[in-house]
Amino acid sequence: MSLLEKLDRAAAARKAQLPGGVGAFGIPIEAIYSATEAQIEGRKILLFGTNNYLGLSFSSECREAAHAAIDAEGTGTTGSRMANGNYSGHRALEVEFADFYHCRSSIVFTTGYQANLGTISALLGKGDVALIDGDSHASIYDGCILSGADIIRFRHNDSDDLEKRLRRLGERSKNTLIIVEGIYSMLGDQAPLAEIVNLKKQYGSLLLLDEAHSLGVLGETGQGLVEKAGLNQEVDFITGTFSKSLCGIGGYCVSNHAQLDQMRYVSHPYIFTASPSPATIAATRAALKILRAGVELRKRLWQNAEQLYSALKNIGYQLGPQPGPIVAIILDSPEQALAMWNGLMAANIYVNLILPPAAPEGKSLVRCSINAAHTPEQINYVSQVLSELYVRLH
Amino acid sequence: MNEVTQAAILKLLCQRLTGLAKADFEITSETNLITQLAIDSIKLLNLIMEIEDSFDISVPVNALTDVITVRDLADLIYRIKSESK
Repeated sequence: MSLLEKLDRAAAARKAQLPGGVGAFGIPIEAIYSATEAQIEGRKILLFGTNNYLGLSFSSECREAAHAAIDAEGTGTTGSRMANGNYSGHRALEVEFADFYHCRSSIVFTTGYQANLGTISALLGKGDVALIDGDSHASIYDGCILSGADIIRFRHNDSDDLEKRLRRLGERSKNTLIIVEGIYSMLGDQAPLAEIVNLKKQYGSLLLLDEAHSLGVLGETGQGLVEKAGLNQEVDFITGTFSKSLCGIGGYCVSNHAQLDQMRYVSHPYIFTASPSPATIAATRAALKILRAGVELRKRLWQNAEQLYSALKNIGYQLGPQPGPIVAIILDSPEQALAMWNGLMAANIYVNLILPPAAPEGKSLVRCSINAAHTPEQINYVSQVLSELYVRLH
Repeated sequence: MNEVTQAAILKLLCQRLTGLAKADFEITSETNLITQLAIDSIKLLNLIMEIEDSFDISVPVNALTDVITVRDLADLIYRIKSESK
């Protein structure tokens, strides 16, 4: 089979999975009005499918900071941190992230994907072991593949299963990096961090926690699950992204291990890519300030999340195991999920459609996400539409 | 389960894979996991976790790169099981 025929075969498989559903992916957003409203297909649509958890995408402080950075430093750095793209703003943001997590140091990457790719591939090598949650994000899988380490999966959020696999590794557990996420992007559930920390200590492993979806969402100051669990000093490496609660693009790794700085010299996803633009860094720094002080934003976010979760639970929907900003409706088939997605779009509501194998356990998901800027009336409207769809589609 | 034979591994794999195949599809040692069984990556990875538990071994995901047929998978498990004794 030729290289191009392989792509043709993959395209045919994609279309066969859900004829007529292809348009649900990558739908163009024609205009964006606010953190909760946009124009899609010529209509004003409610946004219930973003990762804009604190609703900061139109924050005046962030926009002003970005404008000022463009005026002062231009549109792009045109080079990597190692060569000609290491501006004072990048270093300042690293100092601010280390201070935020009360950690020794931090590294800023160009994307959240690269933060995982760069951190994991710098820590692990051939002969080492990556012991990862079965529902891990693709950036974690890809980082592990890039590292050349042996990749072992444990059952999602199952610390007994993790222990079984650590025990099996014997002495190799000391060269093992356990990788979990603060909030999982598909079902919105949280890792049992205290149990995992106990195991990593017991077996002499290291632990990496990805706070991509939990930064700004969990903990008093928004550090993530690590803060909520009170385990800041116990997790070896924390990664995360600027592209969700911080409304930019980029990623970070923080650690108390002195060896973190050496990653700058061995991590290809850090070295061989252009650094984030001045506007991105400036907006992220402004957003981080708001996030740290955002107790009220988090309170509103959780009120909103609990409002939608309990409304959908009462209707009778099968949801992810715990309330949070990601509210996933679990459905048996892609056809059911597409019908619900189409029904929501017809009612001017945008959510995410997730099909196997991206959805866990062969299920399909209609994934709603909540932010602090949603109003109770908007959430009521979504609940009402989903209530009508429940009757129509069940 | 220390003294496990290749034949026993093959038999167990065929049993487990039957649950993932379409009805009436007969699984043999030469069945291609991807083109004939159309097993998606996550189903295969979940099957590997079950196999790890059945034989008390660790099967790295990256070791599956060269696995095409049921026999390839049985050979991989046998090799890992033998090395773990």
